[in-house]
Amino acid sequence: MAKRDRLSGNEAVAIALRQINPDVFPAFPITPSTEIPQYFASFVANGQVDTEFIPVESEHSSMSAAIGASAAGARSLTATSSCGLAYMWEELYIAASNRLPLALALVNRALSGPININCDHSDSMGARDSGWIQMYAENNQEAYDNMVQAYRISEHKDVRLPIMICQDGFITSHAVENIELLEDREVKKFVGEYCPENYLLNPECPMAVGPYSITDYYMEAKRNQAEGMKHVSQVVLDVAKEFSSISGRSYGLFEEYRMEDAERAVVMIGSAAGTTKDAIDRLREKGEKVGLIKIRLYRPFPASEIAEALRNVKAVAVMDRAEGYTNQGGPLGADVMSALYRARGNALAVNYIYGLGGRDVRVEDMEGVFEALKQIMEEGDAGETYRYLGLRE
Amino acid sequence: MSNLTEIRWHGRGGQGAKTAALLLADVAFQTGKYVQGFPEYGPERMGAPITAYNRISDTVIRTHSNIYDPEYVVVVDESLLEAADVTAGLRKEGAILINTSRRKEEILPHLKGYEGRVYTIDAHKVSMEAMGKYFPNTPLLAAIVKVTGLMDEETFLREMKASFSHKFASKPEVIEGNMAALEMAFKEVQ
Repeated sequence: MAKRDRLSGNEAVAIALRQINPDVFPAFPITPSTEIPQYFASFVANGQVDTEFIPVESEHSSMSAAIGASAAGARSLTATSSCGLAYMWEELYIAASNRLPLALALVNRALSGPININCDHSDSMGARDSGWIQMYAENNQEAYDNMVQAYRISEHKDVRLPIMICQDGFITSHAVENIELLEDREVKKFVGEYCPENYLLNPECPMAVGPYSITDYYMEAKRNQAEGMKHVSQVVLDVAKEFSSISGRSYGLFEEYRMEDAERAVVMIGSAAGTTKDAIDRLREKGEKVGLIKIRLYRPFPASEIAEALRNVKAVAVMDRAEGYTNQGGPLGADVMSALYRARGNALAVNYIYGLGGRDVRVEDMEGVFEALKQIMEEGDAGETYRYLGLRE
Repeated sequence: MSNLTEIRWHGRGGQGAKTAALLLADVAFQTGKYVQGFPEYGPERMGAPITAYNRISDTVIRTHSNIYDPEYVVVVDESLLEAADVTAGLRKEGAILINTSRRKEEILPHLKGYEGRVYTIDAHKVSMEAMGKYFPNTPLLAAIVKVTGLMDEETFLREMKASFSHKFASKPEVIEGNMAALEMAFKEVQ
């Protein structure tokens, strides 16, 4: 039986982790993710989990310890935000290239500077090419559900890659909202025991992790890593299907909201998607054909599937909660536009930068984006494709 | 959306405005509502103005923005009447609740001509008499429940008792004082 509760996004992820009971959790605090290890530490103290909880002196160390534990054969994870993720940079690549299926509970926060504690996606977007799987959430429920599904995806024998479970700092991490939790035993059964095939602490089969690779082998190693990424989408869908049977909640690579006959669409990631749904409902009442594609799986990028979902759309706004400094827009904009080009899509596309450093996004803001798309559609010209939403002038 | 109640809290860091918003979300959840309770932080330091918000509804809440035209505003620290624009966007069919020991007539000139209902409560007095310590959020929680009519007094007190019993399981001696503060606050709102 599911249990109805009201929790913040951080509490929800901490509870998912209690239910999973991982082997090793090294952690160093940083706002707004601090509450995840904080709640988890109380579960350790209360004997509700038998996880080895390691308070370390930096994020460089927390990720290093999680990597060491994973290489040894343990199910490990850590949590962080913003500059904490930046301090893990080298280790992110090491985790991915060693094919270690560990998890990172990331609570998205702007990267300095200026110093800012609030939400944008500049931290995780910088790590988009590190070889990690990245999943994003609209609300506390999705953050919880994604965490429960995380290890089933990352530990899958065809994948074996680390996974980043992202949610929006403060907006979902610190907002108390309704949620439905699964029973502890249901989660334990769904996630299962971790039985790695190869691991350092196996005296029967000695192995090396992270050795030097000469030029002769380096490219083959990287191509193998990419092969793991190729299997992620199918595994995500398979795991989601099974998850739906225990939770009643369905997930895909992305969510399509009122896209059936949509002429105008927004593509975005995270909590502002909920706000956009309310804008869409208002406009639909006036007969406007508008819809939303909300990205759940961002790495690997479901390019052909998104291009297909946009096939009949005439104008699309891709929303980036991070600057790309390409003079063209942000990373999601580049990914979606490249997907449209490859699929010979006809949609006129623009890219908005929005919500940096926690800049609020209102229903009216998103109605404004759909209004701009209407003009683009009518004129048959995208005009300036690199735009800012809600910028004071 | 017609059943949606939106509340904005103005306080200072450390006074418990965020906690009060979360407690209100908690008790509304207990009566079967969909809820949101969330803070908006500026600089993280004691004494800095902070804002917290509640959405309470009979249907799922999806919007994740701050609240700009609330039905109700709660002012936890009356010095914010000068320092913040507490009536900004406040709907005139709504109400404002202010924590103050002053009479309502003395407060009105600070409300920029707000035309809606104005309530006051001396949360300091209630808190000191009931608990011997100054925790303004407990009396203000009861006061805003009364002002909004989100639930009747009996339901509210029953749910809060259950919540305190759980929250203060390790220090049951504080439950009585908190309950007394809630009951007293219900009577003291003016």
